[in-house]
Amino acid sequence: MRTTFVNCLIDRAKIDNRIFVITPDMGFSVLEKFKEQFPQRFLNVGIAEQNAIGVAAGLALSGKIVYVYSIIPFVTMRCFEQVRIDLAYMNTNVRLVGVGAGLAYGPAGATHHAIEDIAIMRALPNMTVCCPGDPVEVRALINQSFAHKGPIYFRLNKNGETCIHDDSARIEIGKAITVKEGKDIALITTSNMLEQGLHWVKEWSLQGKQAALISMPTVKPIDTDAILQLINRNIPIITLEEHNMIGGLGSAVAEVIADAGKAVVFKRIAIQDVYSHLVGSQQLLRSKLGLDRRPI
Amino acid sequence: MTHRSKSSHVGSCLSICEILYCLYFKVMNIDPHDPHKIDRDKFILSKGHGSAALYATLAERGFFPKDKLEGFYMDHGTLPGHLDMQAVDGIEASAGSLGHGLSLGLGMAIANKCDSNPGRIFVLLGDGECNEGSVWEAVMLAATLRLQNLTAIVDMNGLQGFGRTCEVIDQTNMTERWAAFGWEVHEADGHDMGQLEKVFGFHQKGPKAIIAKTVKGKGVCFMEDRLEWHYKSPNDEQCESALRELDGKS
Repeated sequence: MRTTFVNCLIDRAKIDNRIFVITPDMGFSVLEKFKEQFPQRFLNVGIAEQNAIGVAAGLALSGKIVYVYSIIPFVTMRCFEQVRIDLAYMNTNVRLVGVGAGLAYGPAGATHHAIEDIAIMRALPNMTVCCPGDPVEVRALINQSFAHKGPIYFRLNKNGETCIHDDSARIEIGKAITVKEGKDIALITTSNMLEQGLHWVKEWSLQGKQAALISMPTVKPIDTDAILQLINRNIPIITLEEHNMIGGLGSAVAEVIADAGKAVVFKRIAIQDVYSHLVGSQQLLRSKLGLDRRPI
Repeated sequence: MTHRSKSSHVGSCLSICEILYCLYFKVMNIDPHDPHKIDRDKFILSKGHGSAALYATLAERGFFPKDKLEGFYMDHGTLPGHLDMQAVDGIEASAGSLGHGLSLGLGMAIANKCDSNPGRIFVLLGDGECNEGSVWEAVMLAATLRLQNLTAIVDMNGLQGFGRTCEVIDQTNMTERWAAFGWEVHEADGHDMGQLEKVFGFHQKGPKAIIAKTVKGKGVCFMEDRLEWHYKSPNDEQCESALRELDGKS
């Protein structure tokens, strides 16, 4: 995902001199290509995330479109109040690009995990929250971000993700994507759980259940219409995310269901409000935290 | 304004009036009739609680009608207690939480340098505000980038939210601190127009800091150097007395 991101950015920067990249000393083996081609529009501000956000906002207030790149906890939480005021309140054209969605940094430990980021970013007025599920979604959403007004948070996994969509998929900021139709169950995934969602749908199919798979690469604004359509079909709705139970995709979908005032069978698969003290890969931690347990 | 709205921070405002006047009437290249002109100088009030002083200066300079000042800090008002850049023309950045302004100004200075835009950036910080670590993140980067178009002014009134600055976090060597990080530092009496104009005019090869020695509540004897005037608003009698004194009639 991060390679796709930087390639999209380089392509755009060739024709749009407003594109700027700021990093608080992250991006080794990722950002070099951008730095080499656009040295005047690349700035490593040092290990100083608060300043990174303020500088980015100052550039944006001067007409630039600024991408701030780091590991998720550092580009969202370390500098949260700068994000709140300098980006959200002032509605500046800054894009936070965080890598390491959920448990992607597995054995690095919980300091590098990102399980609260969707919740806190979603709570900010003016902030758009994009959590692409594969490189195709990354490409589409990044390409649309160049014309977007206001701040965006991009939650990327890391690298080497499988492409789920083909190039013809219609992907828009703020819109759900129906990956597969199904009449018995609706599974909604966001971010790096799309691939696992696809596996589950195949497994259900072997059991004779036709599950719809919906990828939700924008958690805010959530695609209310798409969720309402699922509610009206009166089939069980399941959300799947590598994020805390509180405040993420499941919460966003639950809010739509609650507002709709219609009873529907609903289940959230998410992290059960705990930090991981286990050591292991993303896949192992998913397993230990119950994220790979498919509801029957 | 603070009397009418019964709001805080009148002391913080009175310590920066001459600095604002000097910038908006003597130093900065600005046009109130074209507030967004691309090559303008920009000012950021990082100590956003001094908003009333900035609003009054902007109105006096012609950025908006003075009657808008009557809606400061009021129900259905025009001007919030802390800065909202959407409220009126002339406010370059919203502010109210300390330690943001220098980074914003730094970003603007980098943008201007990148675009060969001659506009200069001025950022006014409080001395208490310099407790914030983010200020020093920006100080370090600005010096590294040798930005000639950035000037920080530190309002050294010696008082902060809950005590004297030198007792809370000892910053009596403020000048040395900024210099140690690579800034060109000048000291001035923050209430002396001649001194201020002189230091603003010094040629700079890198970022410039002006350590402005000021008095909180300057010009009103019962407010000067008193912490309580960070919070209190003057009552009818105090307001009348203060205005008389500021008008030189007492």
